[in-house]
Amino acid sequence: MTTGATVLSLRGATKRFGGLVAVNDMDFDVTEHEVLGLIGPNGSGKSTTLNLISGALKPTEGTISLRGTPISHLSAADIARRGIARTFQLVRLLPSMTVLENVRAGAVFGHRRRWGAEADAHALRMLSLVGLDRRANAHVGELTYIDTKRVELARVLASEPKVLLLDEWLAGLNPTELEEGIALIKRLRDEGRTIILVEHVMDAIRSLCDRCVVMSTGTKIAEGTPEQVLSDPEVIRAYLGDDDA
Amino acid sequence: MSLTKRDWQSITLSAVLLAVAACLPLTGDAYMLSIGITIAMYAVLATSWALFSGPTHYISLATAAFFGLGTYTTAIGIENGLNYWVTLPIAAILGAVLAALVGLATLRLSGVYFVIFTLGLAELVRQVVTWGQNVSGQKGLYVLTDITEVHIYWQLLVLAGIVYLTGWAIGRSRLGFALRIIGDDEEVARHSGINTSRAKILLFMVSGATAAVVGSMLAPRYIYIEPALAFTPMLSFLVVIMALLGGTGRLWGPLVGVIPFTLLWEAISASFPNQTTLLLGLSFLVIVYLLPRGFVGLIESSKRKLREREAFA
Ligand SMILES: Nc1ncnc2c1ncn2[C@@H]1O[C@H](COP(=O)(O)OP(=O)(O)OP(=O)(O)O)[C@@H](O)[C@H]1O
Ligand SMILES: [Mg+2]
Repeated sequence: MTTGATVLSLRGATKRFGGLVAVNDMDFDVTEHEVLGLIGPNGSGKSTTLNLISGALKPTEGTISLRGTPISHLSAADIARRGIARTFQLVRLLPSMTVLENVRAGAVFGHRRRWGAEADAHALRMLSLVGLDRRANAHVGELTYIDTKRVELARVLASEPKVLLLDEWLAGLNPTELEEGIALIKRLRDEGRTIILVEHVMDAIRSLCDRCVVMSTGTKIAEGTPEQVLSDPEVIRAYLGDDDA
Repeated sequence: MSLTKRDWQSITLSAVLLAVAACLPLTGDAYMLSIGITIAMYAVLATSWALFSGPTHYISLATAAFFGLGTYTTAIGIENGLNYWVTLPIAAILGAVLAALVGLATLRLSGVYFVIFTLGLAELVRQVVTWGQNVSGQKGLYVLTDITEVHIYWQLLVLAGIVYLTGWAIGRSRLGFALRIIGDDEEVARHSGINTSRAKILLFMVSGATAAVVGSMLAPRYIYIEPALAFTPMLSFLVVIMALLGGTGRLWGPLVGVIPFTLLWEAISASFPNQTTLLLGLSFLVIVYLLPRGFVGLIESSKRKLREREAFA
């Protein structure tokens, strides 16, 4: 599935926080309909890379392009409108609103903009896609943890993004929920969506990703199929810690 | 967009209430009329303040700056031969422009900077006007028109009607929805594709323009205006207190705070004219501690309790 057109590309993307280089000279491409795993140990710069792509942070150096057009100088709102949507590592919902209203936010202001009854109908469709249509009128405070993650995913899907960024969407789920979660993302994958998946769960990486980019202390140390990178000695060393230390 | 039966009910009810309020001058009681003007003035100011501050949670203390700007626009306009009615739209435009400038400068910053900046703004504008008058050698300005108290009262009621319609329309619009999202989580708002600065600035402009027009409408009442009167910080604080007392969660919330507070304040400032600032601070504390969501919150939580009790019965 990696022969399609390039949708997103990073060239020399770098983010410095004072003296700390959180993301160092990252280069990679994401092609259409591809699920790219972005993996690496804690603190290796995965979320920061997503933040650079979504416009939450501006890169210190380098460019990020969507279908060949640079987007790294744009605001997060403009980037969202151009079709890059994300979930957050710590789920962010709109606490004063119902489940349906949360999802409507994506339908009304995202890449493809809807309003009125059309937005509601679309939001409901997204809720049934994530299996939550029966809780449409619930308050988000009443939801279980996995259901809050479902709402956030539905909100993101409602904007009909070209690229979906999922930051550890499967983290913190119990084994049953994890199975459901993996099945849900598999469904998105089968629909042909383009996804960057930041993940620690190895089973999920193996079964969902076409390709993986591995980061360690801000730098890309490997790229390839899940089998290739997970058997790469340098990757194993990065995950297990340096033996020489 | 179609209107539901409930929409028509609220519109009819509001129109009837406005019509009843418009009959107040028929009583012929000058004191009642004067209180009516004060209530109408604070109702418009607090409602338009809450249009912006309710959803965004940004506390603006700039009401006096916009109000004074409107008052001076009308005073200077009339002195230079402009028709009174022409000065109202000019004040609205100037108020909106000032709000846009303040918004561009501050709304990207966090809420705390915004509060301090808006408080400073009213003071700054007052100092500039005072300085301008010193240079030109005047202390104040006379506003001589044939507009009577009754006219001012009716004008304010019309403005109140416009503000309610505007607020209602915004509440049903994309802009209103965007502001609720911003109030809940600005990061989510940005990542959903909302231009958060633009939404906040637009609403702040509506609020600023309205306060400026109120200042214009009140100018003929004062007859003689000077900076200390037109730009009094007390006005900004009173508007915030009344809006919070009523509650900013509903369009009609501020009005529920304005009516009792104006009456109470009338009595307080008559009995303790020298302790008003102290009492203002006290009422602020009492409201924030005892009624954090205002009367609106109180009404809604008692409604909910009632429903729950019925459900169990
Ligand atoms: N806003 C910030 N300011 C300063 N340092 C930051 C900021 N955001 C991230 N960092 C630092 O950048 C490094 C990379 O963090 P990042 O959150 O991208 O890691 P991660 O790969 O997502 O880790 P995890 O798997 O724990 O989520 C860390 O050392 C972190 O402390
Ligand atoms: Mg992370």
